[in-house]
Amino acid sequence: MTSVGSDGSGAATVAQVLETRGEQVAQQWADLPLFRNVYTTGRDAAVAAAHRLVRVLAEVARHGRLDDTSAPDFERVRPHLAQTVTARTRSGATHQQITAEVAELKRPLLEIVARETGGADGAVAAVELMGTLRVVVVEIALSEGAELIDRQRAQLLEISNPVIKLWDGVVAVPLIGTLDSARTQVVMEALLQAIVDQNAGMAILDITGVPMVDTVVAQYLLKTAMAVRLMGAECVISGIRPQIAQTIVQLGIDLGDITTRATLADALKWALGKAGVSVVVGEG
Amino acid sequence: MSRDEVTRLEIGSDVQIAGARQAVRQAAVAAGFSLVEQTKIVTAASELARNTLVHGGGGHMELAVVENSGGHGIRLTFTDDGPGIPDVDVALSDGYSTGNGLGLGLGGARRLVQDFTIESRPGGGTTVTAVAWSRMAQRVPR
Ligand SMILES: Nc1ncnc2c1ncn2[C@@H]1O[C@H](COP(=O)(O)OP(=O)(O)OP(=O)(O)O)[C@@H](O)[C@H]1O
Ligand SMILES: [Mg+2]
Repeated sequence: MTSVGSDGSGAATVAQVLETRGEQVAQQWADLPLFRNVYTTGRDAAVAAAHRLVRVLAEVARHGRLDDTSAPDFERVRPHLAQTVTARTRSGATHQQITAEVAELKRPLLEIVARETGGADGAVAAVELMGTLRVVVVEIALSEGAELIDRQRAQLLEISNPVIKLWDGVVAVPLIGTLDSARTQVVMEALLQAIVDQNAGMAILDITGVPMVDTVVAQYLLKTAMAVRLMGAECVISGIRPQIAQTIVQLGIDLGDITTRATLADALKWALGKAGVSVVVGEG
Repeated sequence: MSRDEVTRLEIGSDVQIAGARQAVRQAAVAAGFSLVEQTKIVTAASELARNTLVHGGGGHMELAVVENSGGHGIRLTFTDDGPGIPDVDVALSDGYSTGNGLGLGLGGARRLVQDFTIESRPGGGTTVTAVAWSRMAQRVPR
């Protein structure tokens, strides 16, 4: 049996318990919600994951860095913890729930430490170590949240304005929603790139899905049209609905000599006409 | 004649401008505005809110639903404590901008609504009030 060293090193005690009784700790942790809820396919995977965490905590304790959230040993479990946090978040758990689940890991460890050692030093050290783990998990949860928002924002920027090829040499972007400067930038870059990649001579900006055109949106449209022209392609703005046409006129916005069409279909017909393709409506 | 349902929204960021547009759109739908009428008041709100932010350094918008015997109207009041507008007539003229805009927002907003007033003193902030009525309400002599 381990007893508290004369130097009073609780850290060493905890390290030793985690090393010699790691399997036991891992078995008990595997049944707790944190692991059970994530490793739903089988208990073995939960035990293995718990054991991985036990080994890392043992090393953190062995190096005497009980209160150090940036202990290098934690780095090794960070990806695994991040996966666990992400999995719990996806299934609807809040940050508070996740940290409460981490806190639940403490009790079985304390029981085993108490059984294996006599003094209080080991228990105090175990409490400290588990508190540090909780902080590490909170940090991970926060950075995962921020990353998720960034990722979703980036995806939204791309998804909401895909550049599509309508015909050989004809590309179109159906714009949907409010155009802010970040989105316009993305649209413009994607459109110009598509013009190069597909060697397109016509680009259609369709604004059917844009709820309002004010002076700022108009400026974005004008700049995009100008950039398309600088690439040697022609630009058509389509999907100008009656209410949008009226507000554009009342604002006094001059779309200059940019070609406009009421619908995307009209714009395509125009583009095909320019390209020398005639559209024949079949009979029957 | 006015039913005082006043909502106050901060105008301090692009996101809040978008929020103001949405609030105005909802109020216009509730007030029975046609799609064209909705789009006009929303567009005017967008211009005035952006001026409040960009030129006035931020402020707030008050949104009120008003009514007369013919129907409903929407009154928007934009207030800021910014530098003010030295010459309102010049600011209203098309193409005049002290920034890098088209210089169409203020004059355009005035054309998009039925009643429009600007109170501004150099150094004393700016208050712009815009009122738009639904078509039925516009028939009632004011
Ligand atoms: N709230 C305000 N406070 C101070 N100055 C203002 C305010 N609103 C408008 N102005 C002045 O009036 C000018 C004209 O406004 P207007 O909205 O027509 O043009 P803009 O904002 O410069 O460009 P945009 O066409 O994009 O709206 C502005 O450039 C600014 O100098
Ligand atoms: Mg403006």
